[in-house]
This record gives sequence, C-alpha cells and structure tokens, in this order.
Amino acid sequence: MTPVPINPKFFDADVEQQPIRKGFGEGLLEAGERDHRIVALCADLTESTTVHHFARKFPERFVQVGIGEQSMASVASGLAAMGKIPFFTSYAMFSPGRNWEQIRTTICYNHVNAKVIGSHAGISVGPDGGTHQAIEDMGIMRMVPRMVVIAPCDALEAKKATLAAAAYDGPVYIRLAREATPIVTAPETPFAIGKAECYFAPKEGLAATVGIVATGSLVHNALKAVKELESEGIGAKVINMATVKPLDRDTLLALANECGAIVTVEEHQRKGGLGGAVAEYLATVRPTPIEFIGVDDQFGQSGTPNELVEHYGMGVSHIKDAARRAHARRG
Amino acid sequence: MEHLHDDKIKLLELRANDIRQTIIEMLIAAGSGHTAGPLGMADIFTALYFHSLRHDPKNPDWEDRDRLILSNGHICPVLYASMAHAGYFSVEECKTLRKFGSRLQGHPHREWLPGLETSSGPLGSGLSQGVGMALADRMDRGRHSDRFHYVLLGDGELDCGQIWEAAMLAGKEKLHNLIGIVDRNNIQIDGFTEDIMPLEPLKDKWESFGWHVQEIDGHDFEAIVRAINEAKAYFAKPSLIIAHTIPGKGVDFTERRFEWHGNPPGKGPEDVVKKADQGTAALNELRTLRGLIKSEHE
Repeated sequence: MTPVPINPKFFDADVEQQPIRKGFGEGLLEAGERDHRIVALCADLTESTTVHHFARKFPERFVQVGIGEQSMASVASGLAAMGKIPFFTSYAMFSPGRNWEQIRTTICYNHVNAKVIGSHAGISVGPDGGTHQAIEDMGIMRMVPRMVVIAPCDALEAKKATLAAAAYDGPVYIRLAREATPIVTAPETPFAIGKAECYFAPKEGLAATVGIVATGSLVHNALKAVKELESEGIGAKVINMATVKPLDRDTLLALANECGAIVTVEEHQRKGGLGGAVAEYLATVRPTPIEFIGVDDQFGQSGTPNELVEHYGMGVSHIKDAARRAHARRG
Repeated sequence: MEHLHDDKIKLLELRANDIRQTIIEMLIAAGSGHTAGPLGMADIFTALYFHSLRHDPKNPDWEDRDRLILSNGHICPVLYASMAHAGYFSVEECKTLRKFGSRLQGHPHREWLPGLETSSGPLGSGLSQGVGMALADRMDRGRHSDRFHYVLLGDGELDCGQIWEAAMLAGKEKLHNLIGIVDRNNIQIDGFTEDIMPLEPLKDKWESFGWHVQEIDGHDFEAIVRAINEAKAYFAKPSLIIAHTIPGKGVDFTERRFEWHGNPPGKGPEDVVKKADQGTAALNELRTLRGLIKSEHE
C-alpha cells in the first residue's frame, strides 16, 4: 500500500486552513448545477451549514423548514420518493441527533435516496459547549442498515464527498466540522465512497510497525504524530478512512497484516464510531492490538477547539503515546 | 371524475362491507393487529380507492397517479383490504397479514408491496412525507398540478410535535395539492383522546396553521366525496378533512370501544361477546348486513 499524493505543503508551518463545511457548500452548488434533481433543505442554519450558496443559486429547489429537524428528514423522504435527491442540513447534534428515528424509518427502511448533512460535528465546535458537540453521530448513523457514513478530513475532501454522495443512489450521512482545519489533501488526492487511502508511509529503510486509521477532522493530527514518531525511529502508516461505513476492509486488513498494531483516531466517542468498526472487523479476521483515540464516554464542555482536543486526549502527543503503546503490544 | 349517483353510493356501501369482512378475516388469521381503526376507516378508504383516487392497480408506478400516504401505519389492514379489492393483489393474500415472509407486514413496508407509497408505523411522520411529495410535485409541474397527495392521519398521532412542524410548512408553502384526512374517532391506545391529550378545538388549530378545514361524517359517502372535491378545488391552501368516524364501525360489539384499538377478534373485551365467539360473531354481522339478509348457512 503506497501513499497517494496529498497537499505537498501540509507539513509547512503556514499550511492553508479552511472549515471542512465550506467544501460541502461548494460541492452542493456544483452538484446542483450538474443535476436538476438535487434539492436542499435547511432548519434555520443556512449560512452555518454553507447551504446558502445553493439556496441563492437555486431558490426554487431550496426548502426552508424552520427549526424542525424531525419533519425535515421526512420531508426529504417525500421529495426523494418523487425522484428528487435531497440534501438536508443542520448541526449534527440536531440532524441526525434529534431525528434519528425519522432517518431510520422514513429514509433508510423506506429505502429512498436522501442525504443527511451534519455540520458542527465533534467537540471542536468549542465555546458553544457540550450541548452542541455531536460526538455520538457516527455511531447512531453507522448502526442503521443501508446508511453510508463519511467524515471528510478537509474542505477539499468534503467537496469530493458531496459530489460522490450526489452520484450515489442511497442514504448517506456526511459529518462536517465547523472550525478552520488544515488542508490535508490535494486536488488530485483520490476519493471514492468506501475506499480508504494511505496518506503517509515511513521513509525508506524504516518498517511500518503501527498502522494509524484516522477519519475526519483529526487526520491532520495523525499525520503530524507519525512524522514526529519517525524521528524517534518508530515507523507508522496513516490511512484516511474517510468512509466509516462501509469500511474498506481490504485496506484495513492489509494494514493490520503489515503493521501488526493499530491506532484509531476520531473526534467522536471511542465507542461505536470508527474505533468500534475497526475492532469489530479485525476481531473476526485478524485479532490485532488496537489503541483508541477519541472521547472516553464523556460529554464535552466550552473551550477553544485546541483546548478541548487536548483535554479529551486527541492531540498529537496523545496519538504518539497511543502509537507507542500499540507498538509495544505487537505480537 | 365519475358522478356519484345513488346506485354508485349503494355499490360503495356494499364494497365497504366486503372490505370490513376481509379486515376481520385477516385479523383472525393473524391473531394480532388493530380492529377499531381499520373498521372505522373502511368507508373513507372505499371512497378513495373506488371513487376519488386517480390510480391504476395494474400499473402501481404510474407517474400521474395520486399518492396515498398512510401515516398511522397500524390501521394497514384497511389499506391492504382496500388495495386487494381494488385489484393490486389477491384478496386471498390478505390472510398472510403479519406472517413470516408476507408482503403484508404488520406495519406497511413500501419496498415489499407495490402500490404502497411509504413505510409507516412510528406515528407522526406521514404528513411531512406528504409535504415533501407535494413540494416535489410543485417543483416539477407548477402550481396548477392536478396530482393530489392524500395523507391519512389518526387523531391520536396529532399528539406528535412533528405533525405540527409539517402543518406549519404546508401552510407556509400553500400546498394546494396536499389533502390531509384525520380519522377523528376520539380513541387512542390508553383511552379517549380528550382524556389522554386534548385535541380540541381541532378545526381552529388547523385553520390557524393556514389550512382549509372541513368537518364531515366519515361514514357518509356523499359527504366524503363532496369534501374531497372541495379540497381539490380549493387552490390557496392545503386542505384538511376532519372525518368523524366511529371506531370499530360495522360490528356492534366493537363500536366506540377503545379496548378494540389494538386487539383482533378473539382477544378483545368480552363483556358483550366471549373471546372464542368474537370472530364468528363479527363476520356473521357483516355477512348478513346486520341481520338484513339471512346467511346462506342458516
């Protein structure tokens, strides 16, 4: 497994940063231009979710539902039943947080082609505090049959994921982070639903003895961590598991076989999200030592994104520690 | 649309009676399911499937069809029975209700049965889906579209907040192509609606949300069809028909009793008819049109 090209300036001190959600707004606008079946809905958070670009360009294809996320999910179901491709948007805490049953029954069980866009996911929402920090969303979406779950790592990938979701026939959940996040990928970095890509491999002569599986807004921390580990003599590979469901099992198994130890990295509860998915699969085919980076069964609180990432154990140093532990546990 | 002459009304009444018999037969075969709601809504469903609805049982995916969305999925025996009598599938298949492998799931599953517009069961989400369909229709065909979207609602499910989210949106969007029909039978699982969670003044509530509201006797075919025609003619707002119905209508011992909400014949209250006799008694009453005609077996 060889690394794909990513942003060549990623490791520079002045790497460009953009909110991940911005890529969704751009992607939806482009998808809407390509396909007239694309429609959008929002629950009173038009600019925050960046759906306003689409709403301005295609007002006749945009539905403002007010603060009614439960109804919004089912209205999207009805639109989809008539052949539209609805993207419905809010904060992840409210959609899919508040409307889980409507998503399950009227979209997934009902088998219609609607897309859930949850912005402001993760604790990096920051000062708004624990009420607004969705760190259970991937778990509750991953559990529902037919739902695809994607956590893009930067704005560029969010745009690609949005275009891919528009072309995919079935329910998709895309989680987006609010804060400016370093641009990890390059325009030519490949993205496909259900395909993980290798973003980092140790320099020649250093074997990869830890495999980092990261998703979403913490991929950049995982990359920084392995770069530093390399100077300590520990070789690690980084896989961007942008699609948390369906998991790219082949890539994951190859990584486990090559490295013999895994660290999962996500801005989410350790239970039920990416870490859970990786453990469930590897336990059945290749039991492998795994360390989990994520929030440990707690709620968030107010603070700056950086303070919170550090406090809840998801910083670069925590990933390095986890990699050392995983390395030590190799059989 | 065909004129509703007196002979047609008689035909509809007999058809509704057949549908009620099928409902009882399928519930007996299933051994579980809801009795009161399906019997109470048999006349409305008959009027829709055999007079008002634009549909083609031989071509369930016909683009120009009206959409019928059953929000309170638990009354699906009346939906299945009406669809079967209309020709979507055989009446015989009705007896597979709630059985393993059946297309007639305990609550409707769109994927498995052609002619269903949605899967439903968890209450309160049907109106939102109808709003979505009506919006899509308006995007595609404009404000003069003559495809109508009928959402059938229970009165108990009006407790759900989501109903009112959808009602506000429909009012805001002035969806002329959306027609809600509320089964106002005054009962829900735990008792009478006004004891559990009062809904009145129900007409005022809907009007204040921007709907054109009519109240009718839900067992009077002329009234049902007239109300639907008025709803279709009313251009400025979505329409709601509050259909006053008698739960368990058509069988004396099940009428007006909330205990029959979630029980099939054989498992209902036995202060009038013993459990073991409930199925036969209900069928006899329907087959003889309440004693008007003698059963062939007598």
